[in-house]
Amino acid sequence: MKISFTLNGNAVSVNAEPDAPLLWVLRDELRLTGTKFGCGIAQCGACTVFVNGSTRRSCVTPASSINGGSVTTIEGVNGPEAEAIQAAWEKIDVPQCGYCQSGQVMSAVALLKAKPNPTDEDIDNGMAGNICRCASYVRIRQAIHDAADLASNRREIAADSNVSEATNVGLATASEGASA
Amino acid sequence: MTIKTPEIESSKNDGDIELSLPLQQDLTDWQTGHEFTVVGKPHSRLEGAEKVTGRAQYSADVRLSGQLYGAVLRCPHPHAKLISIDTSEAEALPGVHAVISQNDQFDIDWYSEEAPLFSDQLRFVGDEVAAVAAVSTEVAADALRLIKVNYEPLPFVTDMDQALADDAPAIHDGDNRVEEDSEYERGDCAAGLQQADITVENEYRTQTALHTALEAHGATAHWSGDELIVYESTQGVHAIHGLLCEKLGLPMNKVRVIEQHMGGGFGAKQTLWKPTLFAALLSRKAGRPVQLLLDREGENLATGNRNSTLQQVKLGASNDGKLTAIKMTCRINAGAYATAGEASNVAGIFQHLYHCENVKTSQVRVYTNTGPAVAFRAPGYVEACFALESAMDELAHKLEIDPLELRRINYTGRDQTGDKPWSSPDGLKTCYERLDEEFGWSQRKAPSSEGSIRRGYGLAAHEWMAGMGNPPAAVFIKLNTDGSADVVTGTQDIGTGTRTVLAQVAAEAIGLPMESVRLLLGDTAIGGVAPVSQGSFTVPTLAPAVRGAGENLRRQILEAAALLLETDATTLEIKDGEIVSTEGKHKSLTVADVCDELAPQSLQAHGSRRANPTDTTIRPFGALAAEVAVDTQTGEITVIRIVNAPDCGRILNSKTANSQVIGGVTQGIGFALTEERMVDHNIGLVLNADLEEYKIPTVADIPTITHAEVNLPDLNANNTGAKGLGELPLIPAAPAILNAIFDATGLRFTQLPINRARVLAALQAQQETAE
Repeated sequence: MKISFTLNGNAVSVNAEPDAPLLWVLRDELRLTGTKFGCGIAQCGACTVFVNGSTRRSCVTPASSINGGSVTTIEGVNGPEAEAIQAAWEKIDVPQCGYCQSGQVMSAVALLKAKPNPTDEDIDNGMAGNICRCASYVRIRQAIHDAADLASNRREIAADSNVSEATNVGLATASEGASA
Repeated sequence: MTIKTPEIESSKNDGDIELSLPLQQDLTDWQTGHEFTVVGKPHSRLEGAEKVTGRAQYSADVRLSGQLYGAVLRCPHPHAKLISIDTSEAEALPGVHAVISQNDQFDIDWYSEEAPLFSDQLRFVGDEVAAVAAVSTEVAADALRLIKVNYEPLPFVTDMDQALADDAPAIHDGDNRVEEDSEYERGDCAAGLQQADITVENEYRTQTALHTALEAHGATAHWSGDELIVYESTQGVHAIHGLLCEKLGLPMNKVRVIEQHMGGGFGAKQTLWKPTLFAALLSRKAGRPVQLLLDREGENLATGNRNSTLQQVKLGASNDGKLTAIKMTCRINAGAYATAGEASNVAGIFQHLYHCENVKTSQVRVYTNTGPAVAFRAPGYVEACFALESAMDELAHKLEIDPLELRRINYTGRDQTGDKPWSSPDGLKTCYERLDEEFGWSQRKAPSSEGSIRRGYGLAAHEWMAGMGNPPAAVFIKLNTDGSADVVTGTQDIGTGTRTVLAQVAAEAIGLPMESVRLLLGDTAIGGVAPVSQGSFTVPTLAPAVRGAGENLRRQILEAAALLLETDATTLEIKDGEIVSTEGKHKSLTVADVCDELAPQSLQAHGSRRANPTDTTIRPFGALAAEVAVDTQTGEITVIRIVNAPDCGRILNSKTANSQVIGGVTQGIGFALTEERMVDHNIGLVLNADLEEYKIPTVADIPTITHAEVNLPDLNANNTGAKGLGELPLIPAAPAILNAIFDATGLRFTQLPINRARVLAALQAQQETAE
């Protein structure tokens, strides 16, 4: 069937079997290979993408189910949380072999959007579905905390620039937020 | 700036610059205290940005024009005779371009047993029966279902103990022993046990574990004319190159193996597996590129595993704690075939770790109707360390000697199997000191109990038989005309940081900043000889060769600079790409200026890795301590913190070293607590060939893991002082955790993994005994 959707902000159409996994459509038809195959049964998280803004394991997502929807992959993820996560990931050298990291980054961005200042427990709950056999977990945890600080600073800056005529009260609130 | 270069001009001989190329000399100036500018620094991975943005191209990501996708049909029986196979319907399916099976009559053998590539004797669930290439993964899967196979199921045995019974079905010819028992004895073990004031004796079992690299095995094969290009997920591009040539009868200049990034190997990708050859054969038959990547089931069934073991261990000691005898007998589950690569050496650690005059070991591999075993990160040592270090803990407890003290009492600075000194005789001693400092072992609290939670502490010592480097290696550095350098190697970066660490060594040796160095690897058509990335070999093999080439290049640059500056080369140095006097004074000349003057000529240098020394045995060592909590109501085990102090010689990059240590320890936690491939021995089937029921650690399972750096340069090992690290940290984690569980609960487990069910059963038995 013909499946039309928005991919990383652009309209695309592909011919695919209705039950073909979205992962294969992305990797083989559209040649976006940043999203990885790990297990095929939604147990490792390497294939994590956003469908209509929420994380989804693309290896078990039927292609037909995204018709008319929007998909974001590692190649297209952006915004303050994504920038903060990727910067933090690179700064403390989270990846080892790196194969799982596209999925880790996508899950971490979603976590940060849902919980701007996650606790260790939030991280365990949000990231336990993403396996890393090299075991970069200790740094993943650290990088999410670092990214939370970075993203909140960026949001403050963005908020400041949005209200360029900021009142003293507004700025004070922003700086309190940054130090919190 | 104008520089006259008459000397250089006059030295030209039909266009070549004649600069003396010094032979690689003894490079011993990297002593302790040497001031480094790049080596040892916590440099982030050079490919970090690519890996966090999805741009790094793994072998699984190769997409060639007209590329087909492959799939493998596997035997569903543990043991069967293939009576007939009909692939005609699959071949007729639209979108299918090639099918291969026994019907093709390839003259290719496989495994150490030289079985046919497609055999009519199928010896394990997952044994390969046929392969297809089609326009998509879905069509390939449909095609597999159209292949008609007539099997005759045969009697099977999947349990290692049953496989040695007199009436067990023969898996190959003979009695299911892969080879004769491998025996070792020094001194008189029986006499040593007689002399002992105390003995401990136990039977230990370790489970079959799966490597579980997230990128499965596989390759993309492409014939360009009569040349075969293979993009492979491998730990050794040269090994795959050689084996492909051998299996296909091709000259080496007609095969090229490429890999820029790989998604984990852990030992299982150290040799050629059938799917890669299938990709090459299917591609030849279809006339199009073929990518054949395994699904997780195929990966878990048929691309290797850590062999299960049964070890009988007996230690004898005098009342002062000195070992008088070590005896170990073991069986190793080889699976259905013996594979190439590192052998699982269970006996090694019993022979080497402690001073003992009377040692006897015996090991034998046993065939079963299960997937073939292959090396898995420290093969044999992980299994054996659990047994030996559990037994040592028991001995310490019975003798009422502190476990760390007992290990110090039995210290050796020598290789007792070769009667030679260790290359760093104080290495393990230093590990003990660092562990004590960082963990606070001597100051640890007594085991405690609060509600249903009991806490305890345990430790284990460890060593690894490899990590000494595996020469030869050859490296070539080309200095570009702008003063930047391309370092050409034949190695591969399997995710350990090889690319980055070797670039650091090159930058240091030449005198360039990191950003001026590009490290090339992962292509057999451009790189010189290099070993498989196994055995923690890569850094200690490649780094000395890179350093040799870098130092050669530096001397050439300095000779050219000396001519330009009309001075003696010995008065000059290179710092951060700039020519300076040995006193550090600026000379207004950079490496780029020198290159510019030499252009269009350019400098180049070679380096090689010489043989390992013969008068010493190179060995990495370590020690690890764990704190755990056991919930006696639920059986849950929580690892609270772990400190590992490994002696890997000089640490070339503390960031990548930390990653290796934390990653290895984490895999050890999985081995101790959750990971086990399960087989129903009544029906011969694997029950958990997936990632749902084969449980590896997640972020929620990870305690605080500390790498206590030892950083003891081992200049007896090689001119960089670095030894291998990759495998070392996994070895001691399980015994230290189990010894901590004993400390907390008084329960001594001798079978891995220790899950809640086993804890609860043992607690109940303990309670019943008490009553």
